[in-house]
Amino acid sequence: MTKPLEDYTWQEVELGGILREPGSARDYKVGDWKSQHPVWTKSHCIRCGVCWTVCPEAAIIEETGGYFDVNLDYCKGCGICARECVTGCISMVTEEE
Amino acid sequence: MAKRVGIEVSLAVSHAVQLARAEAIAAYPITPQTHIVEHLSSLVANAELEAEFINVESEHSAISACIGTSAAGARTYTATSSQGLALMHEILFIASAMRFPIVMTVANRALSGPLSIWNDHSDIMGARDIGWIQVFVQNGQEAFDHTIMAFKIAEHRRVLLPMIVNLDGFILSHVVEALEFTDQDTVDRFLPPYHPWHQLDPKKPVTMGAFGMPEIFAEFKMKHQVTLMNSYDQIMKVWQEWGQLTGRDYHPVEHYKTEGAKILLLTMGCLSEVAEIAVDELRDAGVPVGLLKLRLWRPFPFAALREAVNGAELLIVCDRALSVGGPGGPVLSEVRSVLYPLSPQPKVLGYIIGLGGRDVPPEDFKEIVAQAQAEAELGPRQEFYMYGVRG
Amino acid sequence: MDKFDVASSQKYDVYASRLLPKEEYFTSGHRSCQGCGEALAVRWVCKAIGKNAVIAHATGCMEIVSSGFPQTAWVQPWIHVAFENTAAVASGLEAGYKILARKGKLAGHPPKVVAMGGDGGTSDIGLQALSGAMERGHDFTYICWDNEAYMNTGIQRSSSTPYGAMTTTSPPGKRSIGQPTWKKNMVAIAVAHGIPYVATACPSYLFDLYFKVKRAVETPGPAYIHILSVCPTGWRSATDLTVRLGRLAVETGVFPLYEVVDGRYRLTIEIPKLRPVKDYLRLQGRFRHLREPEIEFIQRQVLAHYDLLLKKCAAPYPEFPPLSHAEEGA
Repeated sequence: MTKPLEDYTWQEVELGGILREPGSARDYKVGDWKSQHPVWTKSHCIRCGVCWTVCPEAAIIEETGGYFDVNLDYCKGCGICARECVTGCISMVTEEE
Repeated sequence: MAKRVGIEVSLAVSHAVQLARAEAIAAYPITPQTHIVEHLSSLVANAELEAEFINVESEHSAISACIGTSAAGARTYTATSSQGLALMHEILFIASAMRFPIVMTVANRALSGPLSIWNDHSDIMGARDIGWIQVFVQNGQEAFDHTIMAFKIAEHRRVLLPMIVNLDGFILSHVVEALEFTDQDTVDRFLPPYHPWHQLDPKKPVTMGAFGMPEIFAEFKMKHQVTLMNSYDQIMKVWQEWGQLTGRDYHPVEHYKTEGAKILLLTMGCLSEVAEIAVDELRDAGVPVGLLKLRLWRPFPFAALREAVNGAELLIVCDRALSVGGPGGPVLSEVRSVLYPLSPQPKVLGYIIGLGGRDVPPEDFKEIVAQAQAEAELGPRQEFYMYGVRG
Repeated sequence: MDKFDVASSQKYDVYASRLLPKEEYFTSGHRSCQGCGEALAVRWVCKAIGKNAVIAHATGCMEIVSSGFPQTAWVQPWIHVAFENTAAVASGLEAGYKILARKGKLAGHPPKVVAMGGDGGTSDIGLQALSGAMERGHDFTYICWDNEAYMNTGIQRSSSTPYGAMTTTSPPGKRSIGQPTWKKNMVAIAVAHGIPYVATACPSYLFDLYFKVKRAVETPGPAYIHILSVCPTGWRSATDLTVRLGRLAVETGVFPLYEVVDGRYRLTIEIPKLRPVKDYLRLQGRFRHLREPEIEFIQRQVLAHYDLLLKKCAAPYPEFPPLSHAEEGA
């Protein structure tokens, strides 16, 4: 885990500012940017995985049984998955306050 | 065994790079740096140096490619001059901030305009704040020695900063001098193979060159500042070690006939050799003058300079560059600032000489000393003096 | 899956997505805008280039959204130096690994070197470094994320901005219809260097993109891929239309998908009947100000360019004689 910027002293800055933890952006939760998120109607889902391929956030994950769901920590609510879904089984649902 | 040879200084520098077993060179030709890289490319072409030579399409790409080779983990060298150094400017800061131990020779030359291919120090003085270690040399032997030593300093794990060896274009780079070549075995013992402390390796992936928000930027800079200042100790160690191997000793501020001197000249690079002649003659004439040669430019040798001027009444700083509209020459303004806490202080006068290849014979130094003595009595009346300008 | 290639991807139709690698190399948590076509392209390009690769990236959108200290969205070794020098940094990396390999200092195969930059970093400020690197014949792949303007600094026009598009520095007005020039043909410039592999791609045609990147990385010598990356923020389009707009760019002939292998052009996605460009333009706010005559002009130009491309594809001879770069890099 990376720690907040404010907690770094100059002594702790790595040589040349190198970041040694690949993919540590996962610590940054962009999910709170969204105003809507996708919801799957499983009965219409053919488990093709197109939604997984078109997500710019890599936020769509395969569940057991080959169905898909979204990791709300990272979904920004763009709606591409719903637009590209082959069967139309994904709908975008507005976030509640 | 060391051997003594007569050789053009540019070629001596490229042989030093060969002896240091540089693995990657990226360079773009610019007068008066050309002989260095021409010779290196022939050494590579003839397999006398096991290295990759990248014929880049600009100096901007030269230093960028050097960052690439260094990030891959190869010992890296480049050389440039004047406009080329200016074109690199943006990337010079990044190379040091990313801590790549690139070694670069700068064959010092004036910056346009008007266009001038001849020597002065305005190129490197425009690059004072790039965060590299910087030294000046005054003859071919020093150019050879400091090129080899630069690799050892730059690559030390507590340093890991790029380093520039400044040598005056043409008046040093293109002269033939007799100098002592250290043999390969000795250099190999002195300079072990490069072991990169940070590199791009798929087995241990890292991200280099992340951007810094305001909350962290100053911490980066502090780290860079402290590292560069602390490199001083390592520089001294490497110079001492080289001195023990070769009998040639180097110091951040070199003294020439400074015992009992009330008047001190301060020079950098080749001017020092000429100033020595003037000092000899003035001493013979009974003028209590000595010479300080500023070798280490970054990190600035604060303590060594303060100690060196102790007891002098007049310090004459000779700049080979002009800060147009500023407080004179860059060396003058830095030296004045460094000496400010001293008490008592010598009077510090600045003379700008030798711009754009203008010859500076020993007589000029004698004249400058005489003028400066008179000016010091009067005030001085100017912030600094442009010596020898007609009109 | 023993062998996943173009043929098998076509065989499984819609289910082919399932054959793609699961592991993510451009991870969640990056800070691109919603519906970023470029981030989608990066995600799949990084999968295609695989583990044994290093990436040099230009300053720009993808750099800034992915590498804010202390976090990184990159899994492969990655370096960012500046805006205009990415191809030069990549040149150095390639040469560096080459000499280390020759000196026996590298265990295993030298990593593949991939350089990436936006359309500004490629076709404008980075063109010189890129040209130098391609001309020298380094064994590397250059990928251009083309979102058709300087989006990172706030949607200013680049030489890759299409004719008529509104940007903050090509605003339509009394004396302006928006971007006054036709989009620079970076692909032709790359081809003119006589390099062994050049292609266009778009994440809306995922398999086409995926296999082109794989091929580029495996080709010895320089390779160049120009990827159209839909930018909802800069194009003033709905975030959910990103993939659809990419498809429309191809279906209208605005951005044909093709590759140039050793100088031979080939359409990789054939469109039996091009759709009118209007279908593509009308979904984007950046073209909203265009009137019929300008749209007709664009339509004519697009067809003329497309026609020229078809002629190049049908040419019985390559654009240039085979060069030595390819053999040398092998």
